Amino acid sequence: MPPVQSPLIDPRGPRFGAAITSVVLAVALILGPGLPALVLLVLQTAAFALGSLVGIGAQPYGILFRRLVRPRLGAPRDLEDPRPPRFAQTVGLVFALAGLAGLLWAPVLFYVAVAFALVAAVLNAVFDFCLGCEIYLLSRRVAGRPLGSSGSGASA
Amino acid sequence: MTGLYVVLAAVVVAVAFGVYRRVTDGRVRAVTDASARVDGADLGVALGSDATFVQFSSAVCAPCRRTHRVLSQITEKDEGLVHVEVDAESRLDLVERYGILRTPTVLLLDRSGVVRHRIVGAARAPEVLEALEGVAGRRAA
Repeated sequence: MPPVQSPLIDPRGPRFGAAITSVVLAVALILGPGLPALVLLVLQTAAFALGSLVGIGAQPYGILFRRLVRPRLGAPRDLEDPRPPRFAQTVGLVFALAGLAGLLWAPVLFYVAVAFALVAAVLNAVFDFCLGCEIYLLSRRVAGRPLGSSGSGASA
Repeated sequence: MTGLYVVLAAVVVAVAFGVYRRVTDGRVRAVTDASARVDGADLGVALGSDATFVQFSSAVCAPCRRTHRVLSQITEKDEGLVHVEVDAESRLDLVERYGILRTPTVLLLDRSGVVRHRIVGAARAPEVLEALEGVAGRRAA
């Protein structure tokens, strides 16, 4: 496995963020297609985009966690690699964009895409679920080639 | 009302799947197909004289790090045991050959390279030690 380049993060941050994401997505679904849901989903999409494209340090819910929640908690037992949660943000971004497209053109797509994003967010918040573990390798197998890496990849 | 039903369905699916994974993840499963072998040359390392753990990992996988710690602790003090970590995305050939669907997946090989056990999800030390005893014929050092 490639060494960790970015600083390690408190794993409770992404779970806290997933809890907020779950609530936002659930409220958007309950509101149904319309302007309020559109506004919520645009904000959530922006949060995913920051976490995915800029980095987990720029994810607004993560910033909220570091400013308001973490000072009230003890030190984490373990620090974690930021790449798994960043990948999860990317998956969230894809579903949120599909949900937005659904709001504009096809309500069914809105319900289906946001429901998938909600399932992932609840799994993450409640079970500390690793989305990257499940779908990253499958997506690479489908793409049929490694992404920007070469060599044997085996290391003791 | 549609949205409320969709939310309820999503939460039920998430909780059911999460509980299922909690229960089954990291379980050691015996491999009955005796023809499944791993060649040390494919990995670029010599296999352990008693047993080898081949761990398929990826960068976007937090439990891979935990599994790495569990297996390193078991193997580092025992000369007959080897732990090899394979970056799954750069070895799609092995991923295809051994039908790896997600990371971490660990193959436990006996001394001749035959795949005896398979662990999908974060490995649990007690179960790993038990399986290892069956494969190596002795307890880990």
